[in-house]
Amino acid sequence: MAALGARLCSLLLLLAALAGLGAEAKNSEDVRCKCICPPYKDHSGHIYNKNVSQKDCDCLHVVEPMPVPGPDVEAYCLRCECKYEERSSVTIKVTIIIYLSILGLLLLYMVYLTLVEPFLKRRLLGHSQLIQSDEDIGDHQPFANAHDVLARSRSRANVLNKVEYAQQRWKLQVQEQRKSVFDRHVVLS
Amino acid sequence: MDQKGYHRGSFQSGTSDEDMLEIAGASLDFSVADDDPPLDREMGAHFSSYNGGGMNGTSTMLDFLEEPLPGVGTYEDFNTIDWVREKSRDRDRHREITSRSKESTWALLHSVSDAFSGWLLMLLIGLLAGRNATLLCVLGGESKIGGADCDLQVFESAHYIILIFFFPFEPGSLAGLIDISAHWMTDLKEGVCLAGFWFNHEHCCWKSNTTFTDRDKCPEWKSWSQLILGHGEGAFAYVLNYFMYVIWALMFSLLAVLLVKGFAPYACGSGIPEIKTILSGFIIRGYLGKWTLVIKTITLVLAVSSGLSLGKEGPLVHVACCCGNILCHLFTKYRKNEAKRREVSYYFPLKTLWRSFFAALVAAFTLRSINPFGNSRLVLFYVEFHMPWHLLELVPFILLGIFGGLWGAFFIRSNIAWCRRRKTTRLGKYPVLEVLVVTAITAILAFPNEYTRMSTSELISELFNDCGILDSSKLCEYVNDFNSTKGDDLPDRAAGPGVYTAMWQLALALIMKVFITIFTFGMKVPSGLFIPSMAVGAIAGRLLGVAVEQLAFYHHDWAIFSGWCSPGADCITPGLYAMVGAAACLGGVTRMTVSLVVIMFELTGGLEYIVPLMAAAMTSKWVADAIGREGIYDAHIRLNGYPFLEAKEEFSHKTRAMDVMRPRKSDPALTVITQDTMKVEDVESIVSSTTYSGYPVVVSPTSQRLVGFVLRRDLIISIENARKKQDGIVSTSIICFTDYCPPLPPGSPSVLKLRSILDLSPFTVTDETPMEIVVDIFRKLGLRQCLVTHNGKLLGIITKKDVLKHIAQMANQDPESILFN
Repeated sequence: MAALGARLCSLLLLLAALAGLGAEAKNSEDVRCKCICPPYKDHSGHIYNKNVSQKDCDCLHVVEPMPVPGPDVEAYCLRCECKYEERSSVTIKVTIIIYLSILGLLLLYMVYLTLVEPFLKRRLLGHSQLIQSDEDIGDHQPFANAHDVLARSRSRANVLNKVEYAQQRWKLQVQEQRKSVFDRHVVLS
Repeated sequence: MDQKGYHRGSFQSGTSDEDMLEIAGASLDFSVADDDPPLDREMGAHFSSYNGGGMNGTSTMLDFLEEPLPGVGTYEDFNTIDWVREKSRDRDRHREITSRSKESTWALLHSVSDAFSGWLLMLLIGLLAGRNATLLCVLGGESKIGGADCDLQVFESAHYIILIFFFPFEPGSLAGLIDISAHWMTDLKEGVCLAGFWFNHEHCCWKSNTTFTDRDKCPEWKSWSQLILGHGEGAFAYVLNYFMYVIWALMFSLLAVLLVKGFAPYACGSGIPEIKTILSGFIIRGYLGKWTLVIKTITLVLAVSSGLSLGKEGPLVHVACCCGNILCHLFTKYRKNEAKRREVSYYFPLKTLWRSFFAALVAAFTLRSINPFGNSRLVLFYVEFHMPWHLLELVPFILLGIFGGLWGAFFIRSNIAWCRRRKTTRLGKYPVLEVLVVTAITAILAFPNEYTRMSTSELISELFNDCGILDSSKLCEYVNDFNSTKGDDLPDRAAGPGVYTAMWQLALALIMKVFITIFTFGMKVPSGLFIPSMAVGAIAGRLLGVAVEQLAFYHHDWAIFSGWCSPGADCITPGLYAMVGAAACLGGVTRMTVSLVVIMFELTGGLEYIVPLMAAAMTSKWVADAIGREGIYDAHIRLNGYPFLEAKEEFSHKTRAMDVMRPRKSDPALTVITQDTMKVEDVESIVSSTTYSGYPVVVSPTSQRLVGFVLRRDLIISIENARKKQDGIVSTSIICFTDYCPPLPPGSPSVLKLRSILDLSPFTVTDETPMEIVVDIFRKLGLRQCLVTHNGKLLGIITKKDVLKHIAQMANQDPESILFN
């Protein structure tokens, strides 16, 4: 029940954060009016950007300096297409940073599982209990030690014990999944 | 220890056939996966007994009878669920809640919240995963609706796949994360933004003034050679860019495959075949769990950014279903009932439809409030034109349909052959190496050609774009004659040199994509199929469109053109040809029809193009069906041997139930349990000596009159529990399945009553029932097994696996390829 409550809380927090992001005041840097004007007579095509509000987003306000003389302005502006665009650079920044941090955490955890944990276990349990490791991008070793570790985890605190236990259970699950997908090719060709 | 050995051994045989023993057994020991009911969580820890939860020490006989044991009624991994049982359990629960709701306000509130839990669940899923993914997962249950009703059949396929496709166009929060990150990382291979490393190329140049002809260049964006060498020109800079591109691609794909292998092996592949099977009632524990969700999201971005020829759509569907599954755990209604979790819309399709509408509403609202890209980027392939087309253009459209069908059939055949090779030979032993090699080949071949270097979605949008005066890309480099322009409506013009260059580059891109996708789909990274097949179709369509356009320009005096295509008029739209081509190829691969057309005309925003799209979609489906029977996802289901009962089957030979049932004439007699004469040790020996998933219970061995059906798992759990908790149950105790057990002489051990686990209403058919009816019954009711009687006496049993094998045999396919039950 507590786990469910925690999950629900984190979910709501995430949603609130995202909603908050969306509702943030628009950065004035994040709006623009973009006018694309094609080549006209002997003037080459040009793109004009300007930070104006939506009602001012038309050829006359944005195209400065006007490349054509007075009477031609209307013909020139008829060909131009002006669009009002806005974006949220804060959303982009936050999203990328969230993504990179999750990726970084996962990579660190993977490094920990493959390199650091066997090293620590070796220090704690002695060499004789370890099973030989494989040669491949090796993460079989920590999982194979699950049973040993579980049997020996007696004198730890209750919470640590539970965490350790949950972790070992997860590792065994992953090992089973890996067997059915990678070794036996039963699921997910 | 003895007992543990006993039930561990017996759990190894969850299915009624040979080689899946290890899987069921092994995964059951640690089957405490993320999508498990909490009941199973206590069960799965094989250190504790199976009675965690409901029972305390002072349980009386009555308590034992009334309170269902935890674990009873759950399923083993890689097994199908029993829809009928789940449905009746849900009905009982609902009835109980409704009757209790009259007692107190709290109970009333509980019943109201229970009713609304479905809506609340939809709300949360909509917020999280996006409108269309939720619709897919919810309506995925619709794919179970039986086949007799023709309208429903149309809806069945339409609803199921229609929303997979809508996904990329309507991000919810997770999909938005994936979208933004994928855009950024794809551009990371080419350079970096100095104004803020988190901007991709387009957003980096947002503020600065770019030139009309060179819309990509701006001072803030530096390519790698510019960063390292200081300048971007010259051969050495090109080689350096090339090198960095390949290195980044390799790094991304290496990370992706390592994460998948290390944390969540179920996150690889597309996911749609497995989800189709899961939604039809199959259990794959952990497939829709938390870790799979996280890893799939992260590695999907990595895989797409590495330049591999794959798309995001199928994996996004998987992600959405994971969200749905995880959120389901918050509600009791769904947690305990496997069928409810799959939103059984069997009996209430209308209710599900309303719920999905609500979910769509919520997700669309979410999209409006989180607006990451600004107004111009709500839809991925924004298409604006509304040019009319002429009836004669149907000929090239049908040609495109034929191309789409041919390519679809070719792709499916070769991809399945390659996947089969991966499954059976040594190729499958080196997944990481395989991914790296394919990425290297893709990156090395893709960089020189600008159309393969850009991301596939960008390519598709460029191909769909109709050339106007505002465009200056190579594809739009026509010979312009500005004196005769009126507004944005340019007439058909002669192709300039830029167009010719673009044409042969596109042709090379087409060939490359056609072949490399075969090896990419099915690798051990999340991979989707929609975008690559749309790209192939769009390239073919654009090539044909430009060819027809030039033909009409240079030969406007021919009879076929003179009527409607006078010089100076804008009659041929190559962008439309690209769209039709994309639809044709997508239809050829997935065999969608109605849904496809709906999707494609949502893209264009107008109904004008329905006829060409329909023509191309139908042609491609007919051509592809003539060559190969199934779409790509069904082919993968068959390759993996999942027990998915398809809706359209007809047999060429007349067979009856007794031809398919077991035991056959040469087999030993059916293993039955009698209702009140067997001892505990007899039953235990039956259970351990056979591997069936259930046993019929009969009145007596001589009369063979049917009483009911009992499942193996329930039997094992109940006997275990009785031996531990109940007094006086020993190996010689009689097991009694009836209400009133026969009186025993005094001094004999007490009776074990197991009536609560007996299913008193098993489905039966007579032995003369035609197999078509039997298959229909299985499909419509979602049965796992069906008993066969003759003259009222029990004769044999038909399981879903037998039905599937029979179908395979009738279709001249290998019946041994059905692996699961």
